[in-house]
Amino acid sequence: MPIWLYIVASVIKSVVVLFLLLTAVAYTVWLERKVFGHMQNRWGPTRVGPFGLLQPAADGLKFLFKEDLTPPHVYKPLFLAAPLIAVIFALTSISVIPFGNPVVIGKYVIPLQITTDVNTGLLLILGVTSIGVYGVALAGWSSNNKYSLLGGLRASAQMVSYEISLGLSLVGVLIMAGSFSLTDIVHAQQGHFWGFIPRWNIFTGQIIGFFCYLIAAYAETNRIPFDLPEAETELVAGYHTEYSAMKFAMFFMAEYANMITVGCLATLLFLGGWNGPIFGPPILRAILPVFWFAAKVFAFLFLYIWVRGTLPRFRYDQLMAFGWKFLLPVALVNLVATAIGVAW
Amino acid sequence: MFSVHLILFLFFGAICVAGAVNLLVQRHPINSALSLIAVMAALAGEYLLLGAEFVAAVQVIVYAGAIMVLFVFTIMLLNAGVEEQSKGSHVALLFGIPGMLLASVLLGWVLLKHSGTEAVAAGALPGAPKVIGQLLFHEFLLPFEITSILILIAIMGAVVLASKPMGPSGGPPKKVSE
Repeated sequence: MPIWLYIVASVIKSVVVLFLLLTAVAYTVWLERKVFGHMQNRWGPTRVGPFGLLQPAADGLKFLFKEDLTPPHVYKPLFLAAPLIAVIFALTSISVIPFGNPVVIGKYVIPLQITTDVNTGLLLILGVTSIGVYGVALAGWSSNNKYSLLGGLRASAQMVSYEISLGLSLVGVLIMAGSFSLTDIVHAQQGHFWGFIPRWNIFTGQIIGFFCYLIAAYAETNRIPFDLPEAETELVAGYHTEYSAMKFAMFFMAEYANMITVGCLATLLFLGGWNGPIFGPPILRAILPVFWFAAKVFAFLFLYIWVRGTLPRFRYDQLMAFGWKFLLPVALVNLVATAIGVAW
Repeated sequence: MFSVHLILFLFFGAICVAGAVNLLVQRHPINSALSLIAVMAALAGEYLLLGAEFVAAVQVIVYAGAIMVLFVFTIMLLNAGVEEQSKGSHVALLFGIPGMLLASVLLGWVLLKHSGTEAVAAGALPGAPKVIGQLLFHEFLLPFEITSILILIAIMGAVVLASKPMGPSGGPPKKVSE
């Protein structure tokens, strides 16, 4: 492929994926408010547009026109940089996620992901998420406010602790696929047992790994029951107490973009990626894999909201004890068991 | 002459050096820590240019991510303020600067002397995770395991030092028995 075509394809893909991701972020917020509302016997947003579907647009406009306050006591350079760090790294990690098999146009093969299929795609995501911690930690510190500082400290301690379990829970899948490439991992999950149970990793012995990943991912994205960095009842709003208008919206976008990335990763690693029943005319055959992928990510996001509507928040010592004394040993045992199983 | 590769090398190198200088110049610990993160990330970029994608990813995860988060965490926890600038030490003037000059001259001499040897092409050296794994667990198995035991001992030492055993009835911490 000539280099200019490669660059053009990359730019187009980046724009499309970014647009889709930001739209998905906006409508995940809508979905959360709607579903969460119904779970609490309320209606959720109903006023703006049919079923409140234009609520995200209204929210966005409101964020734009709100006064952008910068309190006088903050450390300005980092106070301004923190939301940028959070949102940039949250949006970067989507770039290595493949959404389907490569598309063949003429004589060129174009992968359905922003980067080409790099062999260290998964490691890149882990690296980017580990840098994303700085957004939250620096926001808490630079705000020069005790609630923010406590939120930032909690966030960094929690994310460092659960990152280990998160990484270990993925190694089982890597051993089974024998590759770091996300496309290879999805291809390793093709086919069925006895003709009807799909050979997804969750059904081929990685169910414990999946639950470790699920729990660690909830902690990494600071969601209930692990949302201690912004525990409203104790810390006002935690690390983003002093933020307003678009700067606050950036943290909000980063959180939901991270949720979507985590959902994409769970789909690729444990739920068979874009594998699913393919039938019908050629056009339907081309679209269905991407549809299955989106449907699985949607199911994962729904689970996020469901959990938020169901579980109370952990206490901080419970969170740490759970992460180090329960989740980490379970992930290690799962890793050893998988290694023995594969070697046998 | 100026290939994309060279331009990227100079770009990451410039970030690396600027970050390192900024690390020394800044007077607030958190700015220094952030400069160090920039240095680590730029180094990861250089590794990537050499085709060592696995090392680059690990550099970001371990150094720029995990270790530097602990640095930032400690600075936040201690609430360290702006450091006072010292007047400069005589040791640095007497030995540091001449030593640095000597080292640069030596390094330049060695590099110039060997400038005839061919540069390593990007991606010519093993950098894929599989190759590294095989090297670590076949050829360098013993050094690898010894290093892990060394790290384990260091961890245990840290735990012993950090956990102060309480005296009876929760009194003041007593000394660790010899």
